[in-house]
Amino acid sequence: MANVISDETIEYVGILAKLELSEEEKEQAKKDMANMLDYIDTLNELDTSGVEPMSHVFPINNVFREDVVTNGDDREEILSNAPESKDGAFVVPKTFD
Amino acid sequence: MNLMDLTAVELGKKIKAGEVSVVEAATAAMDAIEAREEAYHCYVTICNREEVLKQAEEVQKLIGDGTLTGPLAGVPVAIKDNMCTKGTLTTCSSRILNNFVPTYTSEAVINLEKAGAVIIGKTNMDEFAMGSTTETSYYGPTKNPWNPDHVPGGSSGGSAAAVAAGECSYALGSDTGGSIRQPASFCGVVGMKPTYGTVSRYGLIAYGSSLDQIGPMAKDVTDCATILETIASYDPKDSTSVKREDYDFTSALVDDVKGMKIGIPRDYLGEGLDPEVKDAILSAAKVLEEKGAIVEEFDLSLVEYAIPAYYVIASAEASSNLARFEGVKYGYRTPEYEGLHNMFKKTRSEGFGPEVKRRIMLGSFVLSSGYYDAYYLKALRTKALIKQAFDKAFAQYDVILGPAAPTTAPKLGDSLSDPIKMYLGDIYTISVNLAGLPGICVPCGVDSKGLPIGLQLIGDCFKEKNILRAAYTYEQNRDFAMCDLSGKEDK
Repeated sequence: MANVISDETIEYVGILAKLELSEEEKEQAKKDMANMLDYIDTLNELDTSGVEPMSHVFPINNVFREDVVTNGDDREEILSNAPESKDGAFVVPKTFD
Repeated sequence: MNLMDLTAVELGKKIKAGEVSVVEAATAAMDAIEAREEAYHCYVTICNREEVLKQAEEVQKLIGDGTLTGPLAGVPVAIKDNMCTKGTLTTCSSRILNNFVPTYTSEAVINLEKAGAVIIGKTNMDEFAMGSTTETSYYGPTKNPWNPDHVPGGSSGGSAAAVAAGECSYALGSDTGGSIRQPASFCGVVGMKPTYGTVSRYGLIAYGSSLDQIGPMAKDVTDCATILETIASYDPKDSTSVKREDYDFTSALVDDVKGMKIGIPRDYLGEGLDPEVKDAILSAAKVLEEKGAIVEEFDLSLVEYAIPAYYVIASAEASSNLARFEGVKYGYRTPEYEGLHNMFKKTRSEGFGPEVKRRIMLGSFVLSSGYYDAYYLKALRTKALIKQAFDKAFAQYDVILGPAAPTTAPKLGDSLSDPIKMYLGDIYTISVNLAGLPGICVPCGVDSKGLPIGLQLIGDCFKEKNILRAAYTYEQNRDFAMCDLSGKEDK
């Protein structure tokens, strides 16, 4: 079955992915995603009923440690990577009025 | 004698014996970069020569006073640009990290530094390791040193090309779906992806966390085993790090495969495989058979489902992992925006390239409400079946043998226009990541175009020694000495 990606879907995916696409990019993305989903749909040929989803090949358990600070104070270095910082904090655009 | 023609272990021995100084080795590497980088573009960042030489002097002192005694002490290394290096630009070959200088170093690189490695630069890659050609790098493509009209493979294309061109003694790469083994195949070097959890991912900028694994890229199998022994460690900072019983890989460097059972999946020799690659792979199997291995063909099954399952899982994980790039904490921020959300969106849209956006969107979609079961969980169930198929195979065989890629290196510009066709090139490598297995790629010939062909050997989880022993035996007994460019005019 050939997948068709609607404008609404690509719009919604853009919101989830936090991406702003030009009209041209949107058209290309619709095509690319439909092609990929057609390809991914070949998985439906497989009977996976009763098969547990495997997220990791080995049993993964939470790794706990004592809540003790082990790293040094490198706030200045960390902030020097920020596009904008002020008074020891990251600066972001105003989020509410 | 050109120091850059030596393997890492050979160079390390000469340094240890005092025949070559660490500064001489580092100088040879920096000279090689200067001479060849314009032609091949293996690096995003080349370390400052003075600082490299200063580092070399310090290592020399530590060798001199007996602090550093390991086989890699003083040997120059290149690091793929998705591993954080404190104080050195780390871009992931993306615009969005064009000015990111990490405040810490990844664990694998720390392990190398502790062993006296001299870091000379950060190698080019597909943006965020998404690609098979190194053409999706924001900083321009790397060229294959065997023929600069061809790609080096990817995503660790810069590391593979740097080893092939002698612009480093060895390199680190990372492998999520074949990103070490496929470029190793295309560039005629040896590349190894260890069992998932063997090398710490701490400081490796994540793409598909359940699949990513760091590994060595080098001139021969001995180097790979030696490097792996150095970088592998249990690390509580990586919650998926595995405490292995055995970190001794070099003891597997034995020229003997008598009685070893080797299976060749018939599914790996079928449609799509270049006949020249097939011949080279089967000749390599013959070499091992003549050395006493029991070689037979078998049906692995499910091979065609690995790629679609991979793209669902890897894209889903990527969409989550790459959410951290939003123009606040590090990297690129769009110059003009209206409000917070517009800043996020514009930063990401301008900062990421087309392949990265394609995978983030696919990943966001397959995880979204209403599609999660049909796509994401379906892929995870498929992964479980693929793992079972390998378990069944390894109940019978010690090693699985096949090609690393269906063809030799394609020409620059030929791959990106058709994403699915490019993805199909990963058919022999991808399932190894889904099942968490170790795999190694060793050069096994050159095709009629003069491009190298790679042999892939796959082992069961934690059975690196089996594939190292088979790879080493093959290397010792194949009918050509070494796949290198030493004799080439341009070098």
